[in-house]
Formats: sequence, structure tokens, C-alpha cells
Amino acid sequence: MSMFHRQAGHYVAVFAVDEVRVLRKVANEVVGLLTDGFDHTDPVVGRLFPAVYPQDAPGTAEFRRYTEGDLKTAKIDQAGAILAALPDDAGGEVRLDAEAAEAWLRALNDARLAMGVRLEIKDGTDLGEELDDAVAEDPGSSRVFQLSVYAYLGYLQESLLNALID
Amino acid sequence: MGGMAAPQVAPVETPDTDEVPASDRQWVTIVWDDPVNLMTYVTWVFQKLFGYSRERAEQLMLDVHHKGRAVVSTGARERMEHDASQLHAYGLWATVDRS
Repeated sequence: MSMFHRQAGHYVAVFAVDEVRVLRKVANEVVGLLTDGFDHTDPVVGRLFPAVYPQDAPGTAEFRRYTEGDLKTAKIDQAGAILAALPDDAGGEVRLDAEAAEAWLRALNDARLAMGVRLEIKDGTDLGEELDDAVAEDPGSSRVFQLSVYAYLGYLQESLLNALID
Repeated sequence: MGGMAAPQVAPVETPDTDEVPASDRQWVTIVWDDPVNLMTYVTWVFQKLFGYSRERAEQLMLDVHHKGRAVVSTGARERMEHDASQLHAYGLWATVDRS
């Protein structure tokens, strides 16, 4: 698996073709969720756009009226930063400046939040155990794939964050 | 500097609440615990958005993690709504309430 490291003021990682495909897929899914599929009753949208006043629906609606457009645009742009930096149709190097690196961090987080809701990740969920259980049930299942991708995105986000903080 | 040593004054961390007039102190931004966000990421966001020291940001992150929520900023309502929307851009689960 790829890890980011700092190189002359940039953040660099080399991705295998499968990693590029997975990253493109999850970034496109986030964009899809924020455009055509945008629906406040979807728990994923609820998590990405939390009610700012949980006890005050009109207050929350008012807040959304003037912040949601910008927030949606920001989230689409940060997912776009992933798509823009990925090599075309093969593996290869990804090289991010500081601004792009921060957009990637936010976008990876959005993708993990979305997957975390769908996978019903809870506090104290042991990913390794979840994955073992899912494999035991059906190694070819979509849950096995989704859990692996979720774990991979966390690993990647942490590696980029460490490169940024160091 | 002269030869006489001035008494060393230890730096004292000033809570943000002292920086806003009392009339504006009635709102808070709260960040809630969630099972997905990485602890290092949450700490980084607090440093980035609020300019908090690493120690302070880490303490807030631990409060969120262990107590389920933490007040991350205090001030006028409009300011807290701004903070909450910024936190939402970073994927943190933030709400606004009266203090």
C-alpha cells in the first residue's frame, strides 16, 4: 500500500493501478452523493451536513439556507482535488502541494464518513474483526470490499496527515 | 537589555472567553464524538481552524473522545455559526447552542 512522504515541499505517494481505481470510484461516489443524489433524509447526507441546531428545525433550515450551497461546493471541490491529482488510467505518482494535500485530507475524510455510515461503524468497532466476520460469511461480498476500502482510506489519510505534520 | 534581570513571568494561557464582551458570550460551538474521524485529524483541525496550540487542541480532542463532546469556541451566535460551518467542511460533527 502507498504511503505519502514529504519531498521538497510536496507530498508524494506512488499508487498501484488498483488504488487509483478505488480512489477514483470513492471520489466519484462522493460527488454523486452531493449532486444528483442529494437528499437530506439520507443518513450519509445527514452526517456530512449535520443539523447545527438539533432541537431547532427552523433554525437549522435557516442556517442551511445560507451555508449549504458553499459547503456543498467545497466538498465537491475537495473530492475533485483527488480526481485531478490521480494518474490517468494506470498506477503512478501523485504529487500534492500543501493546498491540494489539505483538500485530499478533507475529501478522504468525507469518503470515510460516508462509508462509515453505510457500514455502520460504531465507537469501538474492531475493523479487523469486522473484516474476518465478513470474510467468513462470504469472501466475495460487497461488505468485504467496502470494509477493505474503508480501512485503506483511513491508512492513507493518516499517512498524508503524518507527512503534513512532521 | 540592562544587567538587572527582570523577574520571569510564566506565560499564562488566556481562555478565549475573556476576549469577547460579556454580551456576546452566550453561544458555544460544540464538537461531538464520532466513530470515524481519526484522533490525529481532529487535533489537526482544531489547530488549523482555531490556531490552538498542539496541547490545547489535543486536550479538546481527548475531551470529545472521552466525554462525547467538547465546547471548542465561545462567542456571538453568528461567529459560532461560522465556526460550525467551517468544522462541517472538515467533516467534524459540530452544533451551536447557548452556553
